[in-house]
Amino acid sequence: MAAFVDIKNVSLRYGPAAGGVLALDDVSLSFERGKFIAVVGPSGCGKSTLLKAIAGLWPTTSGSLRVGDEEVRGPLKIVGMAFQNATLLPWRNTLENVLLPLQVVETHRDHFRRNRRQHEERALALLESVGLADFAEKSVWELSGGMQQRAQLCRALIHEPSLLLLDEPFGALDAFTREELWVVLQRLWLEKKPTVVLVTHDLREALFLADGVHVMSARPGTFVAERRFAAPRPRPLEVIYDHGFVDVVHELRARIDEARSARGAPPRATVGAR
Amino acid sequence: MKLQRHLPWLVVLGVFLVWEAAVRLFDVPPFILPRPTVFLEALWTWRAEIAVHSLQTFLTTVAGFGIAMVAGMALGVAIGSSAWLYRGVYTLLIGFNTIPKVALVPILVMWFGVGAVPAIITAFLISFFPIVVNVATGIATVEPELKDVLRALGARNRDILWFIGIPRSLPYYFASLKIAITFAFVGSIVSENVAANTGIGHLMTVASSRFEVPLAFAALFVIALMGVLMYVLTAMVEKRLTAWSVRGTHLAAG
Repeated sequence: MAAFVDIKNVSLRYGPAAGGVLALDDVSLSFERGKFIAVVGPSGCGKSTLLKAIAGLWPTTSGSLRVGDEEVRGPLKIVGMAFQNATLLPWRNTLENVLLPLQVVETHRDHFRRNRRQHEERALALLESVGLADFAEKSVWELSGGMQQRAQLCRALIHEPSLLLLDEPFGALDAFTREELWVVLQRLWLEKKPTVVLVTHDLREALFLADGVHVMSARPGTFVAERRFAAPRPRPLEVIYDHGFVDVVHELRARIDEARSARGAPPRATVGAR
Repeated sequence: MKLQRHLPWLVVLGVFLVWEAAVRLFDVPPFILPRPTVFLEALWTWRAEIAVHSLQTFLTTVAGFGIAMVAGMALGVAIGSSAWLYRGVYTLLIGFNTIPKVALVPILVMWFGVGAVPAIITAFLISFFPIVVNVATGIATVEPELKDVLRALGARNRDILWFIGIPRSLPYYFASLKIAITFAFVGSIVSENVAANTGIGHLMTVASSRFEVPLAFAALFVIALMGVLMYVLTAMVEKRLTAWSVRGTHLAAG
Protein backbone atom coordinates (compact mmCIF):
# COMPACT_ATOMS: atom_id res chain seq x y z
CA MET A 1 0.00 0.00 0.00
CA ALA A 2 1.35 3.40 -0.96
CA ALA A 3 2.13 5.90 1.75
CA PHE A 4 -0.66 8.37 2.50
CA VAL A 5 1.63 10.82 4.19
CA ASP A 6 5.14 10.83 2.74
CA ILE A 7 7.73 13.12 4.27
CA LYS A 8 11.17 12.96 2.68
CA ASN A 9 14.19 14.91 3.91
CA VAL A 10 12.08 17.86 4.98
CA SER A 11 13.72 20.85 6.62
CA LEU A 12 11.93 23.90 7.84
CA ARG A 13 13.48 27.17 8.87
CA TYR A 14 11.65 30.07 10.47
CA GLY A 15 12.83 33.50 9.46
CA PRO A 16 15.67 34.35 7.06
CA ALA A 17 17.82 31.65 5.46
CA ALA A 18 20.82 32.88 7.43
CA GLY A 19 20.19 33.43 11.12
CA GLY A 20 16.65 32.06 11.23
CA VAL A 21 15.67 29.21 13.48
CA LEU A 22 16.02 25.76 11.98
CA ALA A 23 13.01 23.91 13.42
CA LEU A 24 13.07 20.70 11.39
CA ASP A 25 16.23 19.16 10.03
CA ASP A 26 16.07 16.42 7.42
CA VAL A 27 12.91 14.77 8.68
CA SER A 28 11.68 11.65 6.93
CA LEU A 29 8.57 9.70 7.83
CA SER A 30 5.90 7.97 5.85
CA PHE A 31 2.82 6.00 6.77
CA GLU A 32 -0.25 4.52 5.19
CA ARG A 33 -3.85 5.64 5.23
CA GLY A 34 -5.68 4.82 8.42
CA LYS A 35 -2.57 4.65 10.62
CA PHE A 36 -2.29 6.25 14.02
CA ILE A 37 1.13 7.86 14.38
CA ALA A 38 2.48 9.54 17.50
CA VAL A 39 5.38 11.97 17.64
CA VAL A 40 7.15 12.51 20.95
CA GLY A 41 10.21 14.52 21.84
CA PRO A 42 11.70 17.10 24.18
CA SER A 43 9.84 20.36 24.41
CA GLY A 44 10.55 22.86 21.67
CA CYS A 45 11.88 20.17 19.34
CA GLY A 46 9.65 21.01 16.41
CA LYS A 47 6.79 18.55 16.88
CA SER A 48 4.11 21.20 16.43
CA THR A 49 6.00 22.63 13.49
CA LEU A 50 5.88 19.24 11.82
CA LEU A 51 2.09 19.18 12.22
CA LYS A 52 1.79 22.63 10.69
CA ALA A 53 3.98 21.58 7.80
CA ILE A 54 1.84 18.49 7.17
CA ALA A 55 -1.33 20.57 7.28
CA GLY A 56 0.19 22.98 4.78
CA LEU A 57 -0.09 25.86 7.22
CA TRP A 58 3.63 26.56 7.14
CA PRO A 59 5.82 26.08 4.06
CA THR A 60 8.78 23.73 4.23
CA THR A 61 12.23 25.02 3.35
CA SER A 62 13.46 21.93 1.52
CA GLY A 63 12.57 18.30 0.91
CA SER A 64 9.38 16.71 -0.27
CA LEU A 65 6.13 16.52 1.65
CA ARG A 66 3.26 14.64 0.06
CA VAL A 67 -0.18 13.88 1.41
CA GLY A 68 -2.48 11.60 -0.56
CA ASP A 69 -0.16 11.59 -3.58
CA GLU A 70 -0.05 15.36 -3.85
CA GLU A 71 2.74 17.72 -2.93
CA VAL A 72 1.62 19.97 -0.07
CA ARG A 73 1.73 23.57 -1.28
CA GLY A 74 -0.90 25.34 0.75
CA PRO A 75 -3.38 24.54 3.50
CA LEU A 76 -4.92 21.11 2.95
CA LYS A 77 -8.68 21.10 2.94
CA ILE A 78 -9.28 17.67 4.36
CA VAL A 79 -7.74 18.11 7.76
CA GLY A 80 -9.21 18.10 11.23
CA MET A 81 -7.10 19.73 13.92
CA ALA A 82 -7.22 19.89 17.69
CA PHE A 83 -4.92 21.71 20.07
CA GLN A 84 -4.04 21.87 23.74
CA ASN A 85 -6.32 24.89 24.09
CA ALA A 86 -9.81 23.82 23.17
CA THR A 87 -10.19 26.95 20.97
CA LEU A 88 -13.97 26.68 21.01
CA LEU A 89 -15.87 29.82 20.05
CA PRO A 90 -17.51 31.24 23.19
CA TRP A 91 -20.31 32.92 21.23
CA ARG A 92 -21.53 29.56 19.97
CA ASN A 93 -23.00 26.77 22.05
CA THR A 94 -21.41 23.35 22.02
CA LEU A 95 -23.48 22.04 19.12
CA GLU A 96 -22.83 25.12 16.99
CA ASN A 97 -19.13 24.79 17.70
CA VAL A 98 -19.13 21.23 16.43
CA LEU A 99 -21.01 22.34 13.30
CA LEU A 100 -18.44 25.01 12.42
CA PRO A 101 -16.36 22.93 9.99
CA LEU A 102 -19.47 22.13 7.95
CA GLN A 103 -20.02 25.85 7.42
CA VAL A 104 -16.46 26.24 6.18
CA VAL A 105 -15.41 23.09 4.29
CA GLU A 106 -15.92 23.50 0.57
CA THR A 107 -17.99 20.39 -0.04
CA HIS A 108 -20.48 21.27 2.67
CA ARG A 109 -20.65 25.05 2.98
CA ASP A 110 -22.98 25.74 0.06
CA HIS A 111 -25.57 23.27 1.27
CA PHE A 112 -25.19 23.92 4.96
CA ARG A 113 -28.55 25.60 5.47
CA ARG A 114 -30.46 23.04 3.46
CA ASN A 115 -28.85 20.10 5.25
CA ARG A 116 -28.79 21.69 8.66
CA ARG A 117 -31.14 19.12 10.20
CA GLN A 118 -29.04 16.14 9.10
CA HIS A 119 -25.85 17.91 10.14
CA GLU A 120 -27.29 18.63 13.56
CA GLU A 121 -28.32 15.02 13.97
CA ARG A 122 -24.82 13.87 13.08
CA ALA A 123 -23.27 16.38 15.44
CA LEU A 124 -25.59 15.30 18.23
CA ALA A 125 -24.76 11.65 17.63
CA LEU A 126 -21.07 12.50 17.78
CA LEU A 127 -21.53 14.51 20.98
CA GLU A 128 -23.48 11.63 22.45
CA SER A 129 -20.68 9.20 21.61
CA VAL A 130 -18.27 11.26 23.72
CA GLY A 131 -20.78 11.66 26.53
CA LEU A 132 -21.83 15.25 25.85
CA ALA A 133 -25.41 14.65 24.73
CA ASP A 134 -26.80 16.80 27.54
CA PHE A 135 -24.41 19.65 26.84
CA ALA A 136 -25.21 20.35 23.19
CA GLU A 137 -27.11 23.54 24.00
CA LYS A 138 -24.79 24.63 26.77
CA SER A 139 -22.44 27.53 26.36
CA VAL A 140 -18.73 26.82 26.23
CA TRP A 141 -18.12 28.40 29.66
CA GLU A 142 -20.28 25.75 31.23
CA LEU A 143 -18.08 22.89 30.04
CA SER A 144 -15.16 21.59 32.10
CA GLY A 145 -11.71 21.37 30.53
CA GLY A 146 -12.21 17.70 29.68
CA MET A 147 -15.62 18.37 28.16
CA GLN A 148 -14.18 21.16 26.05
CA GLN A 149 -11.57 18.77 24.69
CA ARG A 150 -14.27 16.23 23.89
CA ALA A 151 -16.20 18.91 22.04
CA GLN A 152 -13.03 19.91 20.23
CA LEU A 153 -12.50 16.30 19.11
CA CYS A 154 -16.07 16.26 17.77
CA ARG A 155 -15.40 19.49 15.88
CA ALA A 156 -12.24 17.99 14.42
CA LEU A 157 -14.14 14.91 13.24
CA ILE A 158 -17.58 16.17 12.15
CA HIS A 159 -16.58 16.59 8.50
CA GLU A 160 -14.99 13.14 8.49
CA PRO A 161 -11.48 14.33 7.63
CA SER A 162 -9.10 11.80 6.16
CA LEU A 163 -6.27 13.33 8.18
CA LEU A 164 -6.56 14.21 11.85
CA LEU A 165 -3.76 16.29 13.39
CA LEU A 166 -3.68 16.49 17.18
CA ASP A 167 -1.29 18.83 18.95
CA GLU A 168 -1.09 17.79 22.61
CA PRO A 169 -4.87 17.72 22.82
CA PHE A 170 -4.92 16.40 26.38
CA GLY A 171 -1.86 18.26 27.64
CA ALA A 172 -3.77 20.57 29.96
CA LEU A 173 -6.00 17.94 31.56
CA ASP A 174 -5.65 16.07 34.82
CA ALA A 175 -4.40 12.49 34.68
CA PHE A 176 -7.78 10.79 35.14
CA THR A 177 -9.56 12.85 32.52
CA ARG A 178 -6.66 12.33 30.17
CA GLU A 179 -6.82 8.55 30.45
CA GLU A 180 -10.57 8.65 29.97
CA LEU A 181 -10.11 10.62 26.77
CA TRP A 182 -7.49 8.20 25.45
CA VAL A 183 -10.22 5.58 25.43
CA VAL A 184 -12.67 7.98 23.80
CA LEU A 185 -10.17 8.92 21.10
CA GLN A 186 -9.32 5.27 20.46
CA ARG A 187 -13.00 4.49 19.92
CA LEU A 188 -13.56 7.46 17.63
CA TRP A 189 -10.53 6.47 15.61
CA LEU A 190 -11.63 2.83 15.30
CA GLU A 191 -15.04 3.92 14.00
CA LYS A 192 -13.90 5.82 10.90
CA LYS A 193 -10.18 5.08 10.84
CA PRO A 194 -8.90 8.48 9.79
CA THR A 195 -5.13 8.82 9.53
CA VAL A 196 -3.98 10.41 12.77
CA VAL A 197 -0.80 12.22 13.73
CA LEU A 198 -0.68 12.86 17.47
CA VAL A 199 1.96 15.14 18.93
CA THR A 200 2.37 14.66 22.65
CA HIS A 201 4.87 14.71 25.47
CA ASP A 202 3.04 11.91 27.27
CA LEU A 203 4.82 8.67 26.38
CA ARG A 204 2.09 6.41 27.71
CA GLU A 205 -0.53 8.33 25.75
CA ALA A 206 1.54 7.93 22.59
CA LEU A 207 2.17 4.24 23.06
CA PHE A 208 -1.38 3.41 24.14
CA LEU A 209 -2.97 5.05 21.13
CA ALA A 210 -0.53 4.81 18.27
CA ASP A 211 0.62 2.14 15.85
CA GLY A 212 4.08 3.65 15.94
CA VAL A 213 5.74 6.15 18.25
CA HIS A 214 8.40 8.32 16.64
CA VAL A 215 10.98 10.03 18.80
CA MET A 216 12.22 13.42 17.73
CA SER A 217 15.54 14.95 18.74
CA ALA A 218 15.97 18.37 20.32
CA ARG A 219 15.80 21.25 17.89
CA PRO A 220 16.41 21.17 15.06
CA GLY A 221 14.08 18.20 15.16
CA THR A 222 14.71 14.99 13.34
CA PHE A 223 13.50 11.45 13.97
CA VAL A 224 15.94 9.36 15.94
CA ALA A 225 13.95 6.28 16.93
CA GLU A 226 10.69 4.45 16.54
CA ARG A 227 8.97 2.10 18.98
CA ARG A 228 5.84 0.02 18.63
CA PHE A 229 3.57 -1.73 21.04
CA ALA A 230 1.69 -4.54 19.39
CA ALA A 231 -1.62 -5.24 21.08
CA PRO A 232 -5.03 -5.84 19.56
CA ARG A 233 -7.57 -3.02 19.59
CA PRO A 234 -9.59 -1.78 21.26
CA ARG A 235 -6.97 -1.75 23.98
CA PRO A 236 -8.26 -1.62 27.52
CA LEU A 237 -6.79 1.12 29.65
CA GLU A 238 -5.23 -1.48 31.97
CA VAL A 239 -2.77 -2.30 29.22
CA ILE A 240 -0.62 0.63 30.35
CA TYR A 241 0.30 -1.35 33.47
CA ASP A 242 1.46 -4.43 31.52
CA HIS A 243 5.14 -5.23 31.76
CA GLY A 244 5.57 -5.19 28.01
CA PHE A 245 4.00 -1.73 27.79
CA VAL A 246 5.99 -0.32 30.68
CA ASP A 247 9.23 -1.65 29.21
CA VAL A 248 8.63 0.14 25.93
CA VAL A 249 7.78 3.35 27.79
CA HIS A 250 11.12 3.09 29.59
CA GLU A 251 12.91 2.58 26.31
CA LEU A 252 11.19 5.63 24.86
CA ARG A 253 12.09 7.59 27.96
CA ALA A 254 15.75 6.63 27.50
CA ARG A 255 15.72 7.60 23.83
CA ILE A 256 14.32 11.01 24.65
CA ASP A 257 16.98 11.61 27.27
CA GLU A 258 19.57 10.66 24.66
CA ALA A 259 17.89 12.94 22.16
CA ARG A 260 18.09 15.84 24.56
CA SER A 261 21.76 15.39 25.27
CA ALA A 262 22.78 14.26 21.77
CA ARG A 263 22.59 17.78 20.42
CA GLY A 264 24.80 19.06 23.20
CA ALA A 265 23.39 21.26 25.92
CA PRO A 266 19.73 21.16 26.96
CA PRO A 267 17.51 22.81 24.36
CA ARG A 268 18.17 26.51 24.22
CA ALA A 269 15.35 28.77 25.24
CA THR A 270 14.75 30.66 22.03
CA VAL A 271 11.77 31.77 20.03
CA GLY A 272 8.84 29.42 20.63
CA ALA A 273 7.69 27.24 17.78
CA ARG A 274 4.77 28.78 15.97
CA MET B 1 -30.11 43.55 45.78
CA LYS B 2 -33.09 45.81 45.26
CA LEU B 3 -31.20 48.80 46.62
CA GLN B 4 -28.36 48.11 44.20
CA ARG B 5 -30.81 48.28 41.33
CA HIS B 6 -31.96 51.77 42.23
CA LEU B 7 -28.55 52.95 43.35
CA PRO B 8 -27.75 55.02 40.20
CA TRP B 9 -30.80 57.24 40.68
CA LEU B 10 -30.41 57.44 44.42
CA VAL B 11 -26.84 58.67 44.01
CA VAL B 12 -27.95 61.38 41.55
CA LEU B 13 -30.71 62.40 43.94
CA GLY B 14 -28.25 62.48 46.82
CA VAL B 15 -25.80 64.70 44.92
CA PHE B 16 -28.64 67.11 44.08
CA LEU B 17 -29.75 67.23 47.72
CA VAL B 18 -26.24 67.99 48.96
CA TRP B 19 -25.87 70.61 46.24
CA GLU B 20 -29.18 72.22 47.15
CA ALA B 21 -28.32 72.27 50.84
CA ALA B 22 -24.81 73.63 50.30
CA VAL B 23 -25.95 76.48 48.05
CA ARG B 24 -28.65 77.43 50.56
CA LEU B 25 -26.26 77.13 53.49
CA PHE B 26 -23.54 79.30 51.98
CA ASP B 27 -25.99 81.56 50.24
CA VAL B 28 -24.35 81.30 46.82
CA PRO B 29 -25.99 83.67 44.31
CA PRO B 30 -27.78 81.88 41.41
CA PHE B 31 -25.61 83.56 38.72
CA ILE B 32 -22.58 81.80 40.24
CA LEU B 33 -24.10 78.42 41.01
CA PRO B 34 -27.85 77.92 40.79
CA ARG B 35 -29.55 75.39 43.06
CA PRO B 36 -30.97 72.25 41.39
CA THR B 37 -34.51 73.42 42.12
CA VAL B 38 -33.72 76.75 40.45
CA PHE B 39 -32.36 75.29 37.24
CA LEU B 40 -35.09 72.65 37.16
CA GLU B 41 -37.53 75.52 37.34
CA ALA B 42 -35.68 77.22 34.49
CA LEU B 43 -35.92 73.93 32.61
CA TRP B 44 -39.70 74.04 33.00
CA THR B 45 -39.97 77.72 32.09
CA TRP B 46 -37.89 77.33 28.94
CA ARG B 47 -39.17 73.86 28.09
CA ALA B 48 -40.29 74.71 24.54
CA GLU B 49 -36.94 76.28 23.56
CA ILE B 50 -34.96 73.55 25.30
CA ALA B 51 -36.98 70.87 23.52
CA VAL B 52 -36.25 72.35 20.09
CA HIS B 53 -32.55 72.83 20.77
CA SER B 54 -32.00 69.49 22.43
CA LEU B 55 -33.80 67.68 19.63
CA GLN B 56 -31.44 69.37 17.18
CA THR B 57 -28.42 68.36 19.24
CA PHE B 58 -29.75 64.84 19.67
CA LEU B 59 -30.24 64.40 15.92
CA THR B 60 -26.83 65.78 14.94
CA THR B 61 -25.14 63.68 17.61
CA VAL B 62 -26.92 60.50 16.59
CA ALA B 63 -26.15 61.21 12.92
CA GLY B 64 -22.45 61.72 13.62
CA PHE B 65 -22.36 58.73 15.95
CA GLY B 66 -24.18 56.58 13.39
CA ILE B 67 -21.61 57.40 10.72
CA ALA B 68 -18.84 56.68 13.22
CA MET B 69 -20.43 53.31 14.08
CA VAL B 70 -20.40 52.19 10.46
CA ALA B 71 -17.16 53.81 9.33
CA GLY B 72 -15.36 52.85 12.55
CA MET B 73 -16.38 49.21 12.19
CA ALA B 74 -15.34 49.16 8.53
CA LEU B 75 -11.96 50.79 9.08
CA GLY B 76 -11.39 48.76 12.25
CA VAL B 77 -12.01 45.52 10.35
CA ALA B 78 -9.71 46.65 7.54
CA ILE B 79 -6.88 47.68 9.85
CA GLY B 80 -7.29 44.69 12.16
CA SER B 81 -7.15 42.13 9.38
CA SER B 82 -4.28 43.61 7.40
CA ALA B 83 -0.83 43.91 8.92
CA TRP B 84 0.02 46.33 6.11
CA LEU B 85 -2.80 48.71 6.93
CA TYR B 86 -2.13 48.31 10.64
CA ARG B 87 1.49 49.38 10.22
CA GLY B 88 0.69 51.98 7.61
CA VAL B 89 -2.34 53.82 8.93
CA TYR B 90 -1.97 53.62 12.70
CA THR B 91 0.48 56.49 13.10
CA LEU B 92 -1.67 58.70 10.92
CA LEU B 93 -4.74 57.86 13.00
CA ILE B 94 -3.02 58.62 16.29
CA GLY B 95 -1.69 61.88 14.91
CA PHE B 96 -5.14 62.83 13.72
CA ASN B 97 -6.75 61.88 17.01
CA THR B 98 -4.32 64.13 18.87
CA ILE B 99 -5.67 67.20 17.06
CA PRO B 100 -8.28 68.83 19.31
CA LYS B 101 -11.54 68.63 17.39
CA VAL B 102 -12.58 72.05 18.70
CA ALA B 103 -9.75 73.49 16.65
CA LEU B 104 -11.27 71.94 13.54
CA VAL B 105 -14.69 73.54 13.93
CA PRO B 106 -13.75 76.94 12.41
CA ILE B 107 -12.28 75.10 9.42
CA LEU B 108 -15.40 72.98 9.06
CA VAL B 109 -17.51 76.13 9.21
CA MET B 110 -15.44 77.63 6.40
CA TRP B 111 -16.07 74.52 4.33
CA PHE B 112 -19.69 73.75 5.15
CA GLY B 113 -21.11 76.94 6.65
CA VAL B 114 -22.77 77.46 10.01
CA GLY B 115 -25.29 74.81 11.12
CA ALA B 116 -25.83 71.11 11.51
CA VAL B 117 -23.15 69.82 9.12
CA PRO B 118 -20.08 70.92 11.15
CA ALA B 119 -21.77 69.56 14.29
CA ILE B 120 -22.38 66.17 12.68
CA ILE B 121 -18.85 66.02 11.35
CA THR B 122 -17.34 67.01 14.69
CA ALA B 123 -19.44 64.39 16.49
CA PHE B 124 -18.28 61.83 13.94
CA LEU B 125 -14.59 62.78 14.12
CA ILE B 126 -14.41 62.71 17.88
CA SER B 127 -16.26 59.42 18.35
CA PHE B 128 -14.78 57.48 15.48
CA PHE B 129 -11.27 56.86 16.78
CA PRO B 130 -12.03 54.69 19.84
CA ILE B 131 -14.28 52.52 17.68
CA VAL B 132 -11.56 51.92 15.08
CA VAL B 133 -8.92 51.12 17.67
CA ASN B 134 -11.16 48.70 19.57
CA VAL B 135 -12.45 46.82 16.55
CA ALA B 136 -8.93 46.58 15.12
CA THR B 137 -7.67 45.20 18.42
CA GLY B 138 -10.46 42.63 18.60
CA ILE B 139 -9.70 41.39 15.13
CA ALA B 140 -5.91 41.55 15.29
CA THR B 141 -5.77 39.50 18.49
CA VAL B 142 -7.61 36.40 17.23
CA GLU B 143 -5.77 33.34 18.60
CA PRO B 144 -3.48 31.86 15.93
CA GLU B 145 -4.65 28.33 16.77
CA LEU B 146 -8.20 29.34 15.97
CA LYS B 147 -7.08 30.62 12.59
CA ASP B 148 -5.22 27.36 12.02
CA VAL B 149 -8.33 25.31 12.75
CA LEU B 150 -10.22 27.23 10.07
CA ARG B 151 -7.38 27.42 7.58
CA ALA B 152 -6.90 23.66 7.84
CA LEU B 153 -10.52 23.37 6.72
CA GLY B 154 -9.77 25.41 3.63
CA ALA B 155 -11.22 28.65 4.98
CA ARG B 156 -10.56 31.85 3.09
CA ASN B 157 -9.54 35.01 4.89
CA ARG B 158 -13.03 36.40 4.77
CA ASP B 159 -14.37 33.18 6.34
CA ILE B 160 -11.98 33.68 9.23
CA LEU B 161 -13.19 37.27 9.50
CA TRP B 162 -16.84 36.30 9.34
CA PHE B 163 -16.79 33.28 11.65
CA ILE B 164 -14.19 34.48 14.14
CA GLY B 165 -12.88 38.03 13.70
CA ILE B 166 -16.15 39.93 13.70
CA PRO B 167 -17.99 38.00 16.44
CA ARG B 168 -14.86 38.15 18.56
CA SER B 169 -14.53 41.90 18.13
CA LEU B 170 -18.16 42.63 19.07
CA PRO B 171 -17.49 43.04 22.81
CA TYR B 172 -14.66 45.44 21.94
CA TYR B 173 -16.99 47.23 19.56
CA PHE B 174 -19.69 47.80 22.15
CA ALA B 175 -17.19 48.81 24.81
CA SER B 176 -16.00 51.50 22.41
CA LEU B 177 -19.54 52.55 21.47
CA LYS B 178 -20.29 53.33 25.09
CA ILE B 179 -17.31 55.70 25.17
CA ALA B 180 -17.97 57.01 21.69
CA ILE B 181 -21.57 58.05 22.28
CA THR B 182 -20.59 60.37 25.13
CA PHE B 183 -17.74 61.73 22.99
CA ALA B 184 -20.19 62.35 20.17
CA PHE B 185 -22.25 64.64 22.40
CA VAL B 186 -19.10 66.55 23.30
CA GLY B 187 -18.32 66.95 19.60
CA SER B 188 -21.67 68.25 18.45
CA ILE B 189 -22.12 70.59 21.42
CA VAL B 190 -18.65 72.08 21.10
CA SER B 191 -19.39 72.72 17.44
CA GLU B 192 -22.73 74.33 18.29
CA ASN B 193 -21.03 76.47 20.91
CA VAL B 194 -18.84 77.97 18.24
CA ALA B 195 -21.00 78.03 15.15
CA ALA B 196 -24.70 77.24 15.08
CA ASN B 197 -28.07 78.89 15.41
CA THR B 198 -29.79 75.95 17.00
CA GLY B 199 -28.76 73.19 19.35
CA ILE B 200 -28.03 72.97 23.06
CA GLY B 201 -24.51 74.25 22.55
CA HIS B 202 -25.88 77.39 20.90
CA LEU B 203 -28.49 77.78 23.64
CA MET B 204 -25.78 77.63 26.29
CA THR B 205 -23.67 80.24 24.55
CA VAL B 206 -26.66 82.57 24.37
CA ALA B 207 -27.69 81.85 27.97
CA SER B 208 -24.26 82.57 29.41
CA SER B 209 -23.87 85.76 27.36
CA ARG B 210 -27.14 86.92 28.95
CA PHE B 211 -26.11 85.71 32.42
CA GLU B 212 -29.04 83.29 32.41
CA VAL B 213 -26.95 80.87 34.44
CA PRO B 214 -29.91 78.69 35.56
CA LEU B 215 -30.83 78.18 31.88
CA ALA B 216 -27.23 77.19 31.07
CA PHE B 217 -27.35 74.65 33.89
CA ALA B 218 -30.72 73.37 32.69
CA ALA B 219 -29.14 72.84 29.28
CA LEU B 220 -26.22 70.97 30.88
CA PHE B 221 -28.69 68.80 32.74
CA VAL B 222 -30.49 67.87 29.53
CA ILE B 223 -27.19 67.02 27.84
CA ALA B 224 -26.29 64.70 30.70
CA LEU B 225 -29.72 63.13 30.50
CA MET B 226 -29.40 62.46 26.76
CA GLY B 227 -25.91 61.01 27.26
CA VAL B 228 -27.14 58.60 29.92
CA LEU B 229 -30.12 57.63 27.78
CA MET B 230 -27.93 56.76 24.78
CA TYR B 231 -25.44 54.95 26.98
CA VAL B 232 -28.19 52.81 28.48
CA LEU B 233 -29.56 52.07 25.02
CA THR B 234 -26.12 50.96 23.79
CA ALA B 235 -25.60 48.85 26.89
CA MET B 236 -28.95 47.14 26.30
CA VAL B 237 -28.07 46.23 22.72
CA GLU B 238 -24.66 45.09 23.92
CA LYS B 239 -26.21 42.81 26.50
CA ARG B 240 -28.39 41.16 23.88
CA LEU B 241 -25.63 40.64 21.33
CA THR B 242 -22.62 39.81 23.44
CA ALA B 243 -24.03 38.07 26.49
CA TRP B 244 -21.52 35.28 25.85
CA SER B 245 -18.59 37.54 26.69
CA VAL B 246 -19.83 38.19 30.21
CA ARG B 247 -18.70 34.93 31.66
CA GLY B 248 -20.86 33.43 34.35
CA THR B 249 -23.49 36.14 34.75
CA HIS B 250 -26.08 34.17 32.78
CA LEU B 251 -25.57 31.38 35.28
CA ALA B 252 -26.42 33.69 38.12
CA ALA B 253 -29.49 34.81 36.24
CA GLY B 254 -30.64 31.20 36.08
